[in-house]
Amino acid sequence: MTDLSMPQSQTEPRSQSAVGKVALRWLLYVLLGLFALYYLMPLFVMLTTSLKSLEEIRTGSLISLPREVSFDAWKTAWSGACTGIQCEGLRPYFWNSVLIAVPAVAISTLLGALNGYVVAHWRFKGANIIFSLMLFGCFIPFQVVLLPMARLLGMMGIAGTIPGLIFVHVIYGLGFTTLFFRNYYVTIPSELTKAARVDGAGFLRIFWSIFLPLSLPIIVVTVIWQFTQIWNDFLFGVSFSQAGTQPVTVALNNIVNSTTGVKEYNVDMAAAIIAGLPTLLVYVVAGKYFIRGLTAGSVKG
Amino acid sequence: MSEWLENHLPKVVLAPSFIAVLIFVYGFIGWTAWVSLTRSKLLPKYEIKGFIQYERLFDSPRWDTAINNLYIFGALFIVIAMVLGLLLAILLDQKIRVEGAIRTIYLYPMALSMIVTGTAWKWILNPGLGIESMVQGWGFTNFEFDWLVNPDYAIYTIVMAAIWQSSGFVMALFLAGLRSVDGEIIKAAQVDGIPTWRIYTAIIIPSMAPIFLSAFIVLAHLAIKSFDLVIALTGGGPGYATDLPATYMYAMAFSRGDIGQAASSAMIMMLVVFAIVVPYLYSELRAKND
Amino acid sequence: MAPILDINKLYKNYGATEILKDINISIEPGDFLVLVGPSGCGKSTLLNCIAGLEEITGGTLSIGGNDMTHVSPKDRDIAMVFQSYALYPTMTVAKNITFGMKVRGVDQATQDAKLKEVAQLLQIEPLLNRRPSQLSGGQRQRVAMGRALVRDPKLFLFDEPLSNLDAKLRVEMRTEIKKLHQTLDASIVYVTHDQIEAMTLATKIVVLKGGVVQQIGTPAEIYNNPANLFVADFMGSPAMNLIPAQAHKNGAGTQIAIARDSGETLVLNDARDLALPKDVILGLRPEDIAEAGFRAGDGVQEAECLVDMVEPAGADTYVVSELGGKQVTARLHAETSAQAGKMLNLAFDMSKVSYFAQETGERLN
Ligand SMILES: Nc1ncnc2c1ncn2[C@@H]1O[C@H](COP(=O)(O)OP(=O)(O)O)[C@@H](O)[C@H]1O
Ligand SMILES: [Mg+2]
Repeated sequence: MTDLSMPQSQTEPRSQSAVGKVALRWLLYVLLGLFALYYLMPLFVMLTTSLKSLEEIRTGSLISLPREVSFDAWKTAWSGACTGIQCEGLRPYFWNSVLIAVPAVAISTLLGALNGYVVAHWRFKGANIIFSLMLFGCFIPFQVVLLPMARLLGMMGIAGTIPGLIFVHVIYGLGFTTLFFRNYYVTIPSELTKAARVDGAGFLRIFWSIFLPLSLPIIVVTVIWQFTQIWNDFLFGVSFSQAGTQPVTVALNNIVNSTTGVKEYNVDMAAAIIAGLPTLLVYVVAGKYFIRGLTAGSVKG
Repeated sequence: MSEWLENHLPKVVLAPSFIAVLIFVYGFIGWTAWVSLTRSKLLPKYEIKGFIQYERLFDSPRWDTAINNLYIFGALFIVIAMVLGLLLAILLDQKIRVEGAIRTIYLYPMALSMIVTGTAWKWILNPGLGIESMVQGWGFTNFEFDWLVNPDYAIYTIVMAAIWQSSGFVMALFLAGLRSVDGEIIKAAQVDGIPTWRIYTAIIIPSMAPIFLSAFIVLAHLAIKSFDLVIALTGGGPGYATDLPATYMYAMAFSRGDIGQAASSAMIMMLVVFAIVVPYLYSELRAKND
Repeated sequence: MAPILDINKLYKNYGATEILKDINISIEPGDFLVLVGPSGCGKSTLLNCIAGLEEITGGTLSIGGNDMTHVSPKDRDIAMVFQSYALYPTMTVAKNITFGMKVRGVDQATQDAKLKEVAQLLQIEPLLNRRPSQLSGGQRQRVAMGRALVRDPKLFLFDEPLSNLDAKLRVEMRTEIKKLHQTLDASIVYVTHDQIEAMTLATKIVVLKGGVVQQIGTPAEIYNNPANLFVADFMGSPAMNLIPAQAHKNGAGTQIAIARDSGETLVLNDARDLALPKDVILGLRPEDIAEAGFRAGDGVQEAECLVDMVEPAGADTYVVSELGGKQVTARLHAETSAQAGKMLNLAFDMSKVSYFAQETGERLN
């Protein structure tokens, strides 16, 4: 059967198949273009809406370009929109998110690196079980820890504070950061650790002098992952924060759903873009390192 | 002393994280499980009363809606995201010139917060000013598209937004899978004169079974935990027409002051997740150890 | 003089599996000990135990007369070269070599002097500023050696250092390692699965199988008097012929009968007075079977054999004949007139024969 089809396709009129090929190619690009439009459309709508006046929004079409570009909505979103009774815009909450994300990412990445290093290269009895337990912990729905965590934060006196949120994000980020580093470090041959031990280096020295310098790709992966997770978090933010400490996602939701005054869609869209911008930038700038780092081995040669 | 420290440093380093996980994951699960067996209302009580919270849960029409919604949302979300992701991956696998740029475009929604996505789609689907009015503006004055505020259809708007957000990620997974298929097998098939579509259906896609499984696990996991998107897009409404278990749990915990219900619904969510994830993780760990 | 390395009743388990059983080895300063055995027999594990990289389950171990059983690797005064070289990928060659000294707080001037000395010795001076990824396999190997040499330790440990090199380079480096051993008068434990490497390098060989020591001896002892069938078969290439035979007392000597498919039983006489059971395995190396007339001596006996195959190998020609149900190889001179399918008169040097028990495989003479 299959033997016959080869000569058949070769004896086909050449021009006809060539035309078919070009048509198929065109169809392919048209399809890919349409899908690209589908993915870009919401971003486009957000952007154009944020630059329109309320009047134009009411009268114009969803996808039309703004007749008159105005940045008023952006200004309001940043520093004037109401998140409830307060009307300070997103700005304070944006900084809250920064204050939460930066330390939480740093701490969970560092701990993940150390944990991954232990699990991959300093195996002791029970290390495997510990790792499995941590791994399963990545997949729990956080709802199941919400209630006791709220009580614990209260007991520790950090309920509704930024340190409290940092703590929560570090704890529940550990599983993934450990997993990332562990998977990366197991590709480093154990002979390297052995050589360093014979050379006289200890646990921390080997980590510092040999593993860390090799870790840039996986640090990038982990930082991107953790930053995206923490910046985009809503559940912990809405559950464990109070009026002054909310992260930007919670504030955005409050602006959009605030019932005071006229519904300012342009402000909503500007606020949504502002809230999404940091992770979007990280993705566009460093996304390819993320993919590369996830798939890359560590040691060449 | 320092000798002891040097020898035990690995354990010392791992210990805090391990203890944290023990307490804050497993201990807390235990706490929630315990409380789900009590009559806790506004404050937790610790006297075990059996399964009354679960009985209340399954008698509650609101939970019933949440579970139904999870079925609808989960099934549609997973199936459509996988089909779309696979289709996009295959299209992108045809030696496209601007593949990098297109991939970036398909994938960027994944970087956004669900709240941002929800906000955007809430505006797009706004019956008065969004797609509906746009199409009406094109002359189709009878066009109606009010799913967002229609209790029977609102859940599908969540599906739409969720697919927009996550299908690019599935595409990336599948694309990596397609690329990892042994090139020699494909060459052998081409030499045998097997048409391209047959190579896909008979050789490449079947060999990607593990990727399908991974994609399924990730999507199922996303579906069960879906919370922010519902809050941002519909707020669970109209009424509680778009409640999912996650929003039900949150409402019980933080606005209704019914800790017993919150705990029992959280436990059900966890059991569902574990029923899906544990066999998968177990087989993965087993395979790695072999 | 105290032995430089003394291993006493060493046991090593991974969980429930016994990897090493009752290992007793002792070497003198200047010895070149080669641990040889098939892959997976526990050679690296033993080396790691000597290095202190693996905790031992039972027994004791001393280096330079000091008990080292529970001492950490850095305090054992050893240096190690690994199969994969294990060069630190982010450090330059110079940093790789001096890392150990740096960790130990050796001052910069000494570090530089040592580095220079070793780099000269190994001829790697032009490479000092490169990274491992910019080196060829052979160069990496040298750097790994340099990292060990610079430490000037009591004991060097080598774990299959040549097995990642191509054949030609392997032979070159083998010679070089041998030279280094002689110039430095170092004490070395060297692991390999390659029996030729073992024979050429060692002053003392330990043959290991399944975590059990099979034989310890000089290369000549191991080669000429293998302790059992495993050693006989493992050491030497082509391998020793191991032929089932029957032994009878015959006056002062022994008569050996070997069945043949192709004809009458082959009967040979061993002049030695041996106490052998009836059924034995006769071991004779290919070079101890020659073409008749090319071998003289007391024990040489000639017999007609049917040639099954002729394999010219340049300097020698190997001839295969069926004896006792085994393909028996004889090593003849290159100009032999042997032809497959023809009869050939072969000379067996019976004074070189080893006998093994059929059940246990242990040596009988
Ligand atoms: N960390 C370990 N855990 C369990 N078994 C091991 C470990 N390391 C090695 N082994 C086992 O010990 C045996 C000997 O291994 P090794 O010493 O590396 O052999 P060799 O170096 O002789 O090839 C092998 O069967 C191997 O599977
Ligand atoms: Mg080995």
